[in-house]
Amino acid sequence: MPILEVKSLQKSFGKTEVLRDIDFTIDKGETISIIGSSGSGKTTLLRCLNFLEKPSAGQIVVADEIIFDSNNLTKQRESDLRKKRLHFGLVFQGFNLFPQYTALKNVKMASELLAKDREDYKKNKKASLNAIDKSARELLAQMGLADKMESYPHQLSGGQQQRVAIARALALTPDILCFDEPTSALDPELTGEVLKAIRELAEQKRTMIIVTHEMAFAKAVSDRVIFMDGGVIVEQGDPNKVLGDPEHERTRQFLRNYGD
Amino acid sequence: MSISIILGKLAEAFVINIEIFFITLLLGLPLGLLIAFGSMSKFKPLSAVTQVFVWVIRGTPLMLQVIIVFYGPGLIWGGQAMGRLSAAMVAFVINYACYFSEIFRGGIESMPVGQQEAGQVLGMTKTQIFFKVTLLQVVKRIIPPMGNEFITLIKDTSLARIISNKEIIMMAQEYATSKALIWPLFSTAIFFLIGVGILTLLLNYSEKKLSYFR
Repeated sequence: MPILEVKSLQKSFGKTEVLRDIDFTIDKGETISIIGSSGSGKTTLLRCLNFLEKPSAGQIVVADEIIFDSNNLTKQRESDLRKKRLHFGLVFQGFNLFPQYTALKNVKMASELLAKDREDYKKNKKASLNAIDKSARELLAQMGLADKMESYPHQLSGGQQQRVAIARALALTPDILCFDEPTSALDPELTGEVLKAIRELAEQKRTMIIVTHEMAFAKAVSDRVIFMDGGVIVEQGDPNKVLGDPEHERTRQFLRNYGD
Repeated sequence: MSISIILGKLAEAFVINIEIFFITLLLGLPLGLLIAFGSMSKFKPLSAVTQVFVWVIRGTPLMLQVIIVFYGPGLIWGGQAMGRLSAAMVAFVINYACYFSEIFRGGIESMPVGQQEAGQVLGMTKTQIFFKVTLLQVVKRIIPPMGNEFITLIKDTSLARIISNKEIIMMAQEYATSKALIWPLFSTAIFFLIGVGILTLLLNYSEKKLSYFR
């Protein structure tokens, strides 16, 4: 049973159609990579899934729950919207850590704020804060940052910052974790450590959607690759097939430009 | 009359300047933030009205505004609405709030949109994002321009004398006219210099306090 179903998703900015008709599903535990040239709509797709953009048409279904339906746009309460967006996590190209907080606080903060909304918060305050602290520390340790908990973002390298950002996204236990070109803002020698962290998550069977330009990485880590062009999915399937022996001329052309 | 008595009188009068200064900060900063939100509002009528208001207040002399606040209500509704000091304070708060609002607006609009988006994706509310993520970063950015305003404000407080508030310069002028003493007027500079000196130290301290992040 798929955990995510995207049906006929469309998005236009004014007259520009960025997503024309996107259909795909993901199973639980699956890692998919989305490749394509810039302007093909990959990032917009991730932003639609994370409610940073409102799709013009289509449906998004997570674990059989319709979380967006353009035919049924009832006014949503902000609290419902927030609950729905927590199905997804997003790791940004530019990290977007909060500069005034330590790595640990960056990871903990959203969970702490969400815990405050719970009715039994006052009663279990100490226990719930301790649990949040413990899991945040575990996540940072898992990202190889056990000795950087108290560092501020500007004291960390780009690769370390991006790993903090991954821990921060994981802290809210999203059903589907999205990466928007997670290594594009990094110096080449720092991409490896971030890709390694993502690969480990794939091995743990986290459900992930990765928009990337790292073809070798996409091949190694994904269960499936989607190639997008001009706002549509041109082809998708087994990474070796799509990246090694694609069906479509457009895909071949794109891969040739990458020269590998 | 001894020097120390005159300096004591000047110091007493300077309390009025200090009162106007603190009231203007205390009420003008929150009001300025509200006005900033008004002029950034997506609701066009509100942002238009706010922007016209800011234009009028920044476009006319503060001295004139002090006079209007003091005499205006009486001319319109009769009677005297406000004391001299309160009238001066009201005019100062409104005037400075408009300048503050533009500094707030500049600071808020200069924030990278990614900060807000990161907060949204983490399920934070707009209010939480503003107070927990944006505000401190904005404060850090606007300390230098705000510091400029604060320094100007200390010196502007002596404009309150236009409606006969006995602040320090008015007090010193009285010595010039009634006792033919000019040095008290010159010596008021010391009071302003000390005030601005303390303020500068405080501003430097806050900048340093916030230098732990970038």
